[in-house]
Parts: sequence; structure tokens; C-alpha cells
Amino acid sequence: MNQAVSKLSIKDFSSDQEVRWCPGCGDYAILKTIQKLMPELGRPRENQVFVSGIGCSSRFPYYMNTYGFHTIHGRAPSVATGVKLANPELDVWVITGDGDALSIGGNHTLHALRRNVDLTMLLFNNEIYGLTKGQYSPTSKVGTRSPSTPEGSVDQPLSPCGIALGSGAPLVARSIDTEMKHLSGVIKQAYEHKGASFVEILQNCPIYNDGIFDSVKDKKIAADFKVEVEHGKPLVFGLENNKGIRLDKEKLSLEVVTIGEDCPLEDVLVHDQGNKTLAQLIAAMSGPDFPVAVGVLYFQEKAAYVDNLFEQRIKIQEARGKGDINALLHSGHTWQVN
Amino acid sequence: MSVETEQHQNQNIVVRFAGDSGDGMQLTGTNFTLATALHGNDLSTFPDFPAEIRAPAGATFGVSAFQIYFGSDEVSTAGDAVEVLVAMNPAALITNLKNLVPGGLIIADSGAFNDKNLAKAKYAENPLEDDSLDAYKVLSIDISSQVIAAVEAFNLGHKMALRCKNMWTLGLMFWLFDREKQSTIDMLRSKFASKADIANANIAALNAGYAFGETAELPSGIEVYKIPKAEQQAGTYRNMNGTTALAWGLLAGGQLAGLPILFASYPITPASNLLHTLAARKEFDVITFQAEDEIAAVCAAVGASFAGSLGVTSSAGPGIALKMEAISLAVSAELPLVVVNTQRGGPSTGLPTKTEQSDLLQAVYGRHGDTPLPVIASSHPGDCFDTAIEAVRLATKYMTPVMLLSDGYIANASEPWLIPDINDYEAFPVSFHSKPEGFKPSLRDAESLARIWAKPGTPGLEHRLGGIEKSYETGDISYDPDNHQLMTNTRKAKIDNIANDIPGQEVSLGKAQGKLAVVGWGSTYGAIHQGVKRCLKEGYDVAHIHIRHLWPLPPNLKALLSGYERVLVPEMNTGQLVKLLRSEYLIDARALNKVSGQPYKISEIVNAIKAELDQH
Repeated sequence: MNQAVSKLSIKDFSSDQEVRWCPGCGDYAILKTIQKLMPELGRPRENQVFVSGIGCSSRFPYYMNTYGFHTIHGRAPSVATGVKLANPELDVWVITGDGDALSIGGNHTLHALRRNVDLTMLLFNNEIYGLTKGQYSPTSKVGTRSPSTPEGSVDQPLSPCGIALGSGAPLVARSIDTEMKHLSGVIKQAYEHKGASFVEILQNCPIYNDGIFDSVKDKKIAADFKVEVEHGKPLVFGLENNKGIRLDKEKLSLEVVTIGEDCPLEDVLVHDQGNKTLAQLIAAMSGPDFPVAVGVLYFQEKAAYVDNLFEQRIKIQEARGKGDINALLHSGHTWQVN
Repeated sequence: MSVETEQHQNQNIVVRFAGDSGDGMQLTGTNFTLATALHGNDLSTFPDFPAEIRAPAGATFGVSAFQIYFGSDEVSTAGDAVEVLVAMNPAALITNLKNLVPGGLIIADSGAFNDKNLAKAKYAENPLEDDSLDAYKVLSIDISSQVIAAVEAFNLGHKMALRCKNMWTLGLMFWLFDREKQSTIDMLRSKFASKADIANANIAALNAGYAFGETAELPSGIEVYKIPKAEQQAGTYRNMNGTTALAWGLLAGGQLAGLPILFASYPITPASNLLHTLAARKEFDVITFQAEDEIAAVCAAVGASFAGSLGVTSSAGPGIALKMEAISLAVSAELPLVVVNTQRGGPSTGLPTKTEQSDLLQAVYGRHGDTPLPVIASSHPGDCFDTAIEAVRLATKYMTPVMLLSDGYIANASEPWLIPDINDYEAFPVSFHSKPEGFKPSLRDAESLARIWAKPGTPGLEHRLGGIEKSYETGDISYDPDNHQLMTNTRKAKIDNIANDIPGQEVSLGKAQGKLAVVGWGSTYGAIHQGVKRCLKEGYDVAHIHIRHLWPLPPNLKALLSGYERVLVPEMNTGQLVKLLRSEYLIDARALNKVSGQPYKISEIVNAIKAELDQH
């Protein structure tokens, strides 16, 4: 069983459980991508722990031949935090969805990212509740018709990446379920970062919200509706590769320009992954007026929570020596009765 | 010029310190307690403070009190009838006078009985100056002026100088009860190590209060109390409160199990001190995690248990309600977890700083689904050490969440505690599963029915756990009807079976059969014990039975109770253990209930016993 790490293949990471997502679900593509990526990460299989909450995406751990814990609705980040605190050597993944992470579990997502617990959080965003049969979610667009909003939803959706940035996550990225190469690259970066990483994966639900991301997935038109960001590269996109994003410095807002027509290439915004203000602006871009940004939107290293915590511990244990129960019981005022 | 004072020869006495929240009454009481323990008395304390951190000065709802019962007899409650009341202002007097026995002594700071404070306490006249306190002995001293004079040399300013009032009063009380000042002087030097002036001013105030007692001409009838020392088992003692005992018991339990602990909690009164106590003990194998909410706290604990630590979470009733879904997950995943509930007055925010036992049924039944788990309760402060160890033992041996019930009274109360030797406790080391051959996450110990514990990081044991029903055979997801029946039965059998692994129920006082058994649990131990003792002395046929293991119940309890004609169950709730006993045993157990936020008085137990026995 103690197989050399380098010899592991995709099969070693596939469990014997029958996958039970609906045919055509975007989750299949994500699962395949991650199973394929795992051997490349070069870490022992037994050190991988996938923790999930509740929802279609949260069935994910059952299909990975690693350690896994399918927990309760919204609480995966908290369970994962406990796993990491108990054993910092483990690589802890959180698999969650838009309802799980941003509705019932909003608080835990916020705080795991704020604390900078070394977790890789993958949020499968299909803008709908799938497992409970199609109710609108906190990321559903206004007007989404669903069993609980038969006339269309009237409340504003939130942006997962915007929330992650606001929570202080040191790495925030976005990718697309079926873009295997791009997705794999983004997840690998997220995994390799020591600290909290947040990846929003746009994922199609063929049953309750089919086609919601077609504009960014359809090869014929996607180039016009998404921009792949890369650190140090200008934000250029479009079928003819002639559109760009420019920062209006007066209004502190972004605008779409046509390169060579109303804007020279050198005026197009260059992606700086360490700039949080820009990351917020880029994360907020959405169609039809703006392309959707995919890639690593923000990355700025900072000290990870568990490291800081253990540092305090080590210092105290060096100063006080290892705890002794009998000495503790006799500490402070005691007296003798004869 | 000292007057010859007639000395009291009480065996036991109750003293109550009462003042504004900001008057430092808890610190005063704690120091009086330590000096009393060092003096050789048995004792029990009852800190009684408001939910407001700093209520407006002089307000009746801001009165903070500390009661101590001490003496030469065995003491196991904070006592009923106050004989000496220290009242630092009119509000403290008016809210505590009802507990003072006729002829009791009031020590009042007349300097604080000004028009403003009298009005806040709704006194029309100054009670120190009219005849309304004629039934009591009154020692009225302008403590404020005395303190300002005593600490003048330190130039603290008026406001800071007045903050030494509590130490002046404590000095006087030390004289009145013939206690040593040294432990308090040591405490002040250590507490204000970096502020020598403050330490010295407080010590000066303490000495001045003591000297006042020695030299002032006190009114006749006010005498030095000579309380004889208690007969105690030989050994080394310390003062112990329930929270510290519980925290240290968890540390000890972790060591006995050979496991690191993750203690994950969210601040809530009166449970927060458990978090504080463990957070200060990083030299032990414990990590404390202040989570973002109650649910996150329990979930982190469950995650830690999955990863091979012992997850522990702690709260009071409202927080436990929030944790229940995750506790059920731990039942379903069959992972160890210790849940500590320091109960308080409910429902909702209720009485956060007051005590109650109203979460027993929540502990036993309060989850969704058929979700059995063991429930145990601590009965006095020192007992928290042993029950915490027992909770860790059951959680790890049976791979189950365990609910450990304490309450606001035990958590804050303290008693002299004969320090045990950890080497006298039997270790219960956990062995993690390590063999890949034939591994399935569903493997169980044939005898205990406990599922194996295979922790992440172990090669070849990769597996998935979850809250969906699992196949008894493989541990994989299963929606099979027969399998769900089997798994539900197995979970129940595993917990029921614990009854065979706990001590048989003993009778703590009285005979093993007879007319009346008084059956209690938790912090009512002291009051029931004393009440039964008094009635036994008067010839009543009564026994005291106190249950630690509330679920499953001790296997001999049914037979034991059947040996009594009547069963009386006093509880600080509207009748929860009594329901459990009636439903489990079909016996006509009677309830005695109190939900005032205050512990039982001995007299209330005595009266109830007599009412039961005199009418038959």
C-alpha cells in the first residue's frame, strides 16, 4: 500500500464508489481534473483530506480515494479547520457550493479565509440549489425563476470572489468546470500556496440552471465574454484579441476598450495579482458589459494561522517545559493537613 | 484601648460580601476563602454576580455578592442563613438583607449611604440611622474615609484610593474571624507586581482594616468569631473551583488517553472561563480555538477528532442547542467528542450568570433522529476533575460524543480539594487502527461495539466518513431499509452497553432501602447531602442517592430505587430527572423543583423530606 508517490496515477485517486451526479453535470469534469492533478502534486495519498458540506458538490469526497469527510450543511470550513489544527501535516481541501459556502455557511467561509487557515477551498458555483431541487441561491441572478421564486428572484446576488477578497483570503481565483487545463493550473497554484486559497469554479447544472455560463464556455463566443488574467500581462480578450480593460483613474472604475481604436495597447490594464483594489474591480466584472475574469485574481502571501499558533506553543513549551499534571495540581497555594 | 470581646463558638458560619459590581467583592471573597482554607476550615463558596459588567454605581441590579460557608463540620453547600453580611452600599443591603438571620451582623460602609445611593436603592430613610435594622447587630463604619486616610501616603487620587475599600474591609473581616493576612498580601504583590504603589496601598488598606478591628471600640455584642478547624483527611489540599477542576481534568484525561486535545469554543457565560483556563496551558498537549460561533466550535472539534485528536467543545444551554446538528454528525460518524455544558438559567438568554439544571433532557434527548449518547454530570467543584476524565474515557473507548453537565454554581464555586495523584488513575490509551489488510471504516470492537479509529495520514486506510447512513458491513453509503434498522439498533446498543462499564449506583448517605430516597444529580449534591444528614440525625428514615451517569443510567439503579417506599427528586428545573426515572422505571418518583437561579437551601430539602415522611 505504501506506494511510491511518483508512481500514483489517476486510478489511485478514484474510489470504488459509483458516481451519482446527474448526466452532464459539471461536477464530473471537475472530479476528473482533480483526480488527474493529484499524482502531479507529488504528495502521499494518505495526506490528502477532502472535507465537504452538503449539496451536490459535497458528494465529491466519496469519489476520491483519499481521506474524506462529508459533513453538514455549511460547516465544511470549520471541520476542515479542526482537521488542520489537529494535524498540520495534512493537505486539507474544502469542497463546497454556492449555497453551502455562501448561504448557510457564509460565516465559516468568511472566518476560515480571514484566519488564513491553510486550506484549499473549491467552490462549485452553479448559481442554484441542486440537491434540494432547484431553489435559487445567493449567487442566482436577479429574476431567476425557481420553485421558491416562481415569479423570479428579486434579491441581489453576491460575488463569491468579492466575498473571498473582502474576507482577506490571500489567494483568490476563478475557473470553469470544463476548462480542464486552466482549472488544473489554477487549482495547482491554490494547492501549493501555504495559506487559505479560494477557487470559484463556474459549474453548469444541466437540470436546474442549464446554460447559465454558456457565454464563457461556448468556444464560439467565449473569447468575447471572458478574460484570462495572468500576472504581469495586459487584460486583453476578444475573438479577435483586440479588446482590453482600461482603468478610468478619475472614476476608479474599469471600462472595455478596443485596442488600436480607442486605446493603445500600453494603456490597457496590466494584471497585478498583488493589488487587492484591482482584484476587487476585476472580480466584479460580469456580462454582458464586461468579460468574466478567470485565473488567479489575487495572490499575496501572509503568515498562515496554524503556523502562528504553533509558534506560540513552541515558545511557551520551551519556556515552561512540557506540562506535568501532578505539578499543575500542586501549583499555586496548597496546604498540608496531617 | 481594645475592648474585651466575647468570642463566638459557632461550628459553622455563613458570611456574605455584597457590594457594587465595581467594588471588588469577588476578589475579596476569593481571598477570604483562601485564608479560611489555610486556617483549616472546611468551606464552600457561592459567587453570585450580575450579568452586567459594570452596572451604574449604586444600582440594585448591579449588586455583586460572594457567599462563603465554613466551619469545623463537613461543609458541602454555600449555606442558607447568612450570619454576617458585609454591605458596601445601600443597594447591597436592601437586596441581601432577606437572607440575614435575626440577630445577624451587618457591616456597612456608612460613607456609601449617601442620599444619592439611598435613593437608588429606594430607601426613604437611611436604614443605618433609623430603627429598621433593630433586629440585627450593626457595625456602621465610614470605610470610605478610613481608606482614604490609610492610603494617603501613596497619592493615588480620590477615585483610586476608594478602590482599596474592599481590602480595608477584608482586613477587618480577617480580624473578626481570626484569619492570617499573609496569603492576601502575597496575592496583592503578585497581582500588582509591576505597580508597587498600588500593591502597597492595598496592603496598607488591608492592614488598616485589621488594625481598626483590634483597636477601635466596637459596639457591645460584636465579637471575634472563633470557628474551630475541621477534621480533614490527611494530605495536600488546594482550593478548587469547578471550572479549573474541569479544565485540568480534560488535560489529565487527554494524557490518560495518550491524545492531544483540540478545545474549540465560543465565548458564553458562564462557560467562557473553561476556554480561558485551557488557553493559558499551552505547555500541555492542548490547542484552544476560539471559533466564530458555537457551530464552528463543535465542527472544529469534530474535525479534530476525525484527524486523530480528541475534540472538545464547551458552552452553556443556548450554545449547546446550536451545536446539536454537529453532535449528531459525530454520533453518525462514530467519532469521539466531549461536549461540556455549563448550564445557566434559561430559556433563551434567561439568567446568564445564575444557575439551573434545565438542560438534562436536552442532553439526553435533544437531537434530531435516534441519537443516543452518554451523559454524565459533576456534583461539586472537585468532582469536575473526575467527571472530565470519565467523559474522555467514554468518548474514546466508545467512539461517541459524551455530554458532560456542569452548571453556573459548580463552575464558580470553590471548595478545599484533596489533591489526587495522577498516577493513581488507570490509563486508557487509545490505539489507532493501522493495518491495511482487511480494513473497512465500519470495523467494530466486538465487545464495546466501538467503531475503529483510523486517522488521516495513515497509509492504506484512506476512507470516507459522512452523515449519510452507512452500510454496517462496508461503511459505504447505504439507503437500504434493513441496514438503517441495523445501524440504528447498533448505535443504541453501543450506548446502552456502557451501563455495564460504569460503577453501580451507591447510596451516598443513609440505608440502601427504607422509606424515602432523595435522588439528585449535579450541583444539588451539597444541599441534598446536608438536608438528608440533618433528617437522619432527627431519626427520619431517608437516604441520599446522587447519580453521576445519567445516560445510560447505572444498571442497578432500578433495583435500588425499588427498595424505598418513596422517591423524591429535587432539581433546579421543572422536573427532568424525575421524568427520566418515571419513564425508564415506571416508578412514582415525586418532583421537588426550584428555578430561581439560586441553589437549593438545606432547609428547603429538609422541609421537603419532612413533608414526604410526616404525612405518611
